[in-house]
Amino acid sequence: MTATTQAAEQPIVVKRQHPIAETWENLRRSWGGMIGLSLIILHVLLALASPYIVPQDPLEMNSQIRNELPSSEHLFGTDKLGRDIFSRSLVGGRIALLVTVLGTAIAMTWGGLAGILFGFLGGRVDEIAMRIVDALLAIPWLLVLLLIISTLGTKPLVQILTFGFTYGYTAIRVARAATLDHVTREFILAARARGERKRTVVIRELLPNVLDVLLVDGAMNWSWMLLGFSSLSFLGFGVTPPTPDWGFMIAKNREIMAIQPWSVFGPVIMLSSLIIGINLFSDALAKALGLDRSQGAPV
Amino acid sequence: MFFLIARRIVLALVTLLIISIIIFLGVEALPGDAATAYLGQSATPESLEALREEFGLNAPAHQRYLNWLGDMLRGDLGNSMSRRGKPVSEIIGNQFRNTVVLAVAAAIVGIPLAIVLGVFTGITRDKWPDILISFVAILGMTLPGFVTATVLIYVFSLRLEWFPAIAMVPTDAPVSEILPNIVLPIITLTFVMVAHILRLVRTNMIDVMVSNYVQMARLKGVPVMKIIFQHALPNAMLPSINVIALTMAWLLGGVAIIETVFKLVSTSSLICLPLYSTLACGLREDIKLITLCSVYEKTV
Repeated sequence: MTATTQAAEQPIVVKRQHPIAETWENLRRSWGGMIGLSLIILHVLLALASPYIVPQDPLEMNSQIRNELPSSEHLFGTDKLGRDIFSRSLVGGRIALLVTVLGTAIAMTWGGLAGILFGFLGGRVDEIAMRIVDALLAIPWLLVLLLIISTLGTKPLVQILTFGFTYGYTAIRVARAATLDHVTREFILAARARGERKRTVVIRELLPNVLDVLLVDGAMNWSWMLLGFSSLSFLGFGVTPPTPDWGFMIAKNREIMAIQPWSVFGPVIMLSSLIIGINLFSDALAKALGLDRSQGAPV
Repeated sequence: MFFLIARRIVLALVTLLIISIIIFLGVEALPGDAATAYLGQSATPESLEALREEFGLNAPAHQRYLNWLGDMLRGDLGNSMSRRGKPVSEIIGNQFRNTVVLAVAAAIVGIPLAIVLGVFTGITRDKWPDILISFVAILGMTLPGFVTATVLIYVFSLRLEWFPAIAMVPTDAPVSEILPNIVLPIITLTFVMVAHILRLVRTNMIDVMVSNYVQMARLKGVPVMKIIFQHALPNAMLPSINVIALTMAWLLGGVAIIETVFKLVSTSSLICLPLYSTLACGLREDIKLITLCSVYEKTV
């Protein structure tokens, strides 16, 4: 890298500070975005701190107090095995958050880079790759997840990789579509004329330009992934009991919903508030970045 | 135009082929095979071996795939190995029909409702009806189907006792008997679907309502209702149709969860999900194709 290219990049770096501050300014003004952000932060803090602040041991069973209604000792009552539902609801999101946050990071990284690369390369590689992505997308998402998880097991690491992989190909489409807007521009032509390597063009030229689209899609992907994880968990493919998890709690406690509704409402409220928070935030982020994603299909 | 449609059909077929290969490989990777499923606990190494021989499971994977593909092309779905040789078409037929009944019923209720609500929120933009309906729509869009279903069961079956909480009919009951039993699943699916479509129609409606020709119609003194339904709506619908079709296809993928919640199809039907999904994917490609044609016919 010569001194001239470094000098040429310098103003871009200075400029990029500015849009971030501007985005934050826009974000701060939308109350939806702020509510969403607070909900997300609350849940992340809760996931980190919950094992130390829960009022009761979430795993402790007590046959004396089964299916109890809410009291001052058990805020949401107790479940079929006499475990404190409030405590279980508080810690129930830890695995889900861990898996989906890391999964989203993996998905957006590989999906985003692959999408940019296909959009940049074009031609036959692009055509073949997009057919495969189409095929993968056309398989119902639940089936894909069930196939992989039932083969490889439900360890968190396996789940992170599974979600990271399967949700990556939606990112491929998004990144590719965003890249196609840029590949014909002059700065790409200039980079090619300079003789930059493909890797450099993808990472230094194209990636910064589609980063805003990827960020918004990442937030969206996170909420879809959370939905996917809790659905799997609901079907019994999420966590290993007795680890508390919202989806699994809802599935199990549905049996006693008539006598102890809080056994279901606790996890429902926790899960819903996180998903709604993420969605409010990603909506506001899209608006703050000047993107409108209400046009897009949910695939 | 003709070339374009032909190209889409060929691509759809190629996509289906790739899907079938992926699913076949996926099932190959699963532990156990049809022989272990057939014999269950009474399996001995000898009987497993004999059964594998009988089913032709000892052949290499690619050969079995080609056999299956050949049978599929002749319209023969084969017999289920794990279900004592019952024809596959018989097993999935009813369950697939139930899924379709559920989806179609939800679409019949949901799509008109979504369009009406979308138009309504579009023209009352940022006033309280819009904010209220849009917030409920976010709930429907984002919450997992089983959460929505659980809350609905609590309200409508446990508290109000209006509808049954689970579908207590055999899978092969006639449609007229199934429908009263699946009111809650239909409401759940409709809720989710309305949320997706409503948001889209709303955005398009807002775009169209500020366009020049609508302003012009207003200046000419055309009645508001006529502007909305004759001038704005057809143009707002055009970009929505494709996404409505995609949303429908996507919902079919997640419908298994709702079916599980309401015990509409026994969970053991997950075994024949591979085949069911191949069919669902075919449907999806068809929907894409049909949409493309209709959109093109309108624009040409």
